[in-house]
Amino acid sequence: MKYAYYPGCSSESSARDQHSSSMAVAKALGIEFVEIEGWTCCGATPGHQTDRVLAASLPAANLVLAQDMGLDIVVNCAACYSRLKMANYEVLNQPDMREKVGDALGSDYDGSVKVRHLVEILLEDYGLENLKTRLSHSLDGIKIASYYGCLLVRPHEVTNFDDPENPTSMDNLISAMGAESLDWPSKTDCCGNSLSLTTKSDLVVSLSDSIIGMAQAAGADCIAVACPLCQVNLDLRQIDIKKQTGRQYNMPILYITQLIGLCLGLSTEALGLNKLVIAPSNIINAVKTAA
Amino acid sequence: MTIRIKKGQTGKSILNTVIEMSGVDLSLCYQCKKCSCGCTVSNHAKSPPSEIIRRLQLGAGNELLDNDLIWSCVSCETCYARCPMGIDMVSVMDALRRMAIERKAAIPEGNVPLFNSAFLKTVKFFGRTYDLGLMAIYKIGTSSYVQDADKLPLIFMKKKIAILPSWSANRKTVKRIFKKASHGK
Repeated sequence: MKYAYYPGCSSESSARDQHSSSMAVAKALGIEFVEIEGWTCCGATPGHQTDRVLAASLPAANLVLAQDMGLDIVVNCAACYSRLKMANYEVLNQPDMREKVGDALGSDYDGSVKVRHLVEILLEDYGLENLKTRLSHSLDGIKIASYYGCLLVRPHEVTNFDDPENPTSMDNLISAMGAESLDWPSKTDCCGNSLSLTTKSDLVVSLSDSIIGMAQAAGADCIAVACPLCQVNLDLRQIDIKKQTGRQYNMPILYITQLIGLCLGLSTEALGLNKLVIAPSNIINAVKTAA
Repeated sequence: MTIRIKKGQTGKSILNTVIEMSGVDLSLCYQCKKCSCGCTVSNHAKSPPSEIIRRLQLGAGNELLDNDLIWSCVSCETCYARCPMGIDMVSVMDALRRMAIERKAAIPEGNVPLFNSAFLKTVKFFGRTYDLGLMAIYKIGTSSYVQDADKLPLIFMKKKIAILPSWSANRKTVKRIFKKASHGK
């Protein structure tokens, strides 16, 4: 199993831990991730809010590079995933877009490179049963709320990821690790990260507060995420939530790859667990050797 | 709720421009308001998405570009996902944002246009986002130095932000894309 790996800008800044845990998990499972040389930013939300051709061409520049490698793309970040898939969708469905993107890139792109999220690769290509046989440790006794956020599941005709209102991909991974995956209502709510760095951060704090509060009410010991923007927001904003509302959640926000890594017996350093703002000591201490 | 459109205010409906820019047929909306019920930010803005569509249908002019939903919208795509008529509200909001900038509508609280342009400036220059650089441009532009400053020591200690930019080897292509895309300044 070999994929063209698109790290995304967060992998070099706020989400080095997601990057390192993904690489460590892939290596342990024998999946090969080849970083796309010369990858560039997908444009994210500012891209599509600014210009339609820009929004399709920035991700397409990376799709072309993967096409040259002859591999499917694997992405970690839900926002990059959404933008790369949207570029394919626009090139295939919008009149003139293939021509405009081709003109912007200086080379034709036909919209055919497959874009996959790491969670999809683990479930669809590697397989849950296969993964289970590799897990040396278990998270038995731990309750986990899976948080999918917006851009993995929406818009569904573009991403085609799981069920748009009640996705269960991460829940299946969590159950395979022996933990209890919780049924809770905020799985696909938005944490508002696109406004996080602006002065409208009060709005973002209130959205994050509601999501973490809901996970706590469901009895979660931690929240599992698959997006660096969700992670940094839910983790770091707990400081502001405490300041503004007095509520102190102490809710660890872990990447799904960090949880899988723990069950593969990988070290906390390799998984970057020391980078989390809310220390996940309750989870690390609960890791047991699988029966 | 009664919606009043002051036809004399601007004299010209922006509906056709929005349809042209977004490629979305807004006549399909029958005001079921599923978009507004699911909207992440409708509690925090004066007008929910269904009202924006209704105002457009009724012939609203440039004054709609001052509406606070335009820059409070977090592009979570829930409206589009739940619309029974498949109306791509995300593209409608993107079109309204572009028009708000082109037609020099009031700069809203939060100054998202400045954030977007700061973000894209770093992408254009390095080929990748440079968080520290874009934060510097945005904070100078909005004089919001204190905001989130309390968390900076922790962010640096945990190495949750890159000190130096990462230069993509493919910057030339990115520069070309910006040049070709008409609005990517």
